[in-house]
Amino acid sequence: MKEKIIKILTEIRPEFDFSEQVNFIDAGMLDSFDVVALVVALDTEFGISIDGMDIMPDNFSSVGKIAGLLQKKGVPE
Amino acid sequence: MNLSFHNKRITGMLTIVPAEEIKFEDEMENYNFSTAKSLKLKAAMGYNARRIVKEGVCVSDLCIHGLNYVFDNGFLAREDIDALILVTQSPDYLMPATSSVIQGHFGLKQDMICMDISQGCAGYIIGIFQAFMLLEQEEINKVVLLNADVLSRKVSKKDRNSSPLIGDAASLTILEKAEGSGRITGNIRMDGTGATALMIPAGGFKLPSSAATAELKEDSAGNFRSLDNLVMKGDEVFNFVQREVPPMIERLLEKAGVGRDEVDYYMFHQPNKFMLNKLADKLNIPREKMPSNIVESFGNSSGVSIPMAITYNLKDTLKDKDYRMCLAGFGVGLTWASLLITIGHLDFCAITEF
Repeated sequence: MKEKIIKILTEIRPEFDFSEQVNFIDAGMLDSFDVVALVVALDTEFGISIDGMDIMPDNFSSVGKIAGLLQKKGVPE
Repeated sequence: MNLSFHNKRITGMLTIVPAEEIKFEDEMENYNFSTAKSLKLKAAMGYNARRIVKEGVCVSDLCIHGLNYVFDNGFLAREDIDALILVTQSPDYLMPATSSVIQGHFGLKQDMICMDISQGCAGYIIGIFQAFMLLEQEEINKVVLLNADVLSRKVSKKDRNSSPLIGDAASLTILEKAEGSGRITGNIRMDGTGATALMIPAGGFKLPSSAATAELKEDSAGNFRSLDNLVMKGDEVFNFVQREVPPMIERLLEKAGVGRDEVDYYMFHQPNKFMLNKLADKLNIPREKMPSNIVESFGNSSGVSIPMAITYNLKDTLKDKDYRMCLAGFGVGLTWASLLITIGHLDFCAITEF
């Protein structure tokens, strides 16, 4: 799952290395429009619909947090 | 707050859209984004084209065009209008009310009520509430509800938070007394602590427009806008909508005793496709029951997106059939309102270009 997440993130912002252990939001690697594009891509890739209430920047600040969101929607690790 | 009404119905609907269409790609270079990123934004949000008025066109122009349409086609007689409500956030003047300007233009009878209501994305629902309350009066039998905005005139072209989505439009709805019609259920809530989430800071009495307020400044996200421009805190608005709208719809349906599947259409305000799809998913409503095709073809015209969704998608059948619809608007104020109503067998249902 984490490899797929990094691949999607890289498609959205190819200029950054998302395997780094940094806060993607604080580091300026993802802005709010990137988060929207990311949610659309994750919904499509994993056949889910991430809850609108969960679409807050902090939930997309690391690969681990994104994986947590997916697991909440029943996507296996 | 729950509201309910009896013995009233909508008898005609008209949407007025500007003829001028702007494609998203035509304006991409304004948004301080790469082409690839702009196209991703377009796909996610459903930005394709929008309709905006030509320079100098006002709300009254769109409304007068609509009224001429219904007068000329024999759908409405001037002397039958007992109340004229205009819901807008872009009036012709600070004073007088634009509804009075429209009344004067047509020389309508003096024995009537004109009123402007300053409301945005929930304004169409609030206008219906107001119209139904007026129809409780013995001498008011027919209300014309106008909902119109030309907010493109207040948006910075270099603000990708607002510019690619804002459209201009007007709608005209006729509401009348109707003995024996079913119960209509409504719901509204407001939260003025969020008043700055959607606002035009300058131009009123608090901060009059000046050379200083017209100066474009860059925000932290790279958008350029002035204090004369509309500003939308997109994240705050998105979170507010996702938090408040689903429970509002649940409350409305519960109060009405109607199951989710018993509603034919969910005609919601259309800020963008992404937000609507998330609402549909949260409410477990099939996306085909909640059209999102207005914002991508016409732009977000504030509360007008609700009647436009109805006329655009159902104009061929609404003269002969009835549909149970759940309408919902949410935005400026902050305000969120909904209405469960059966609409159908209309005298007219159309879209016209200005």
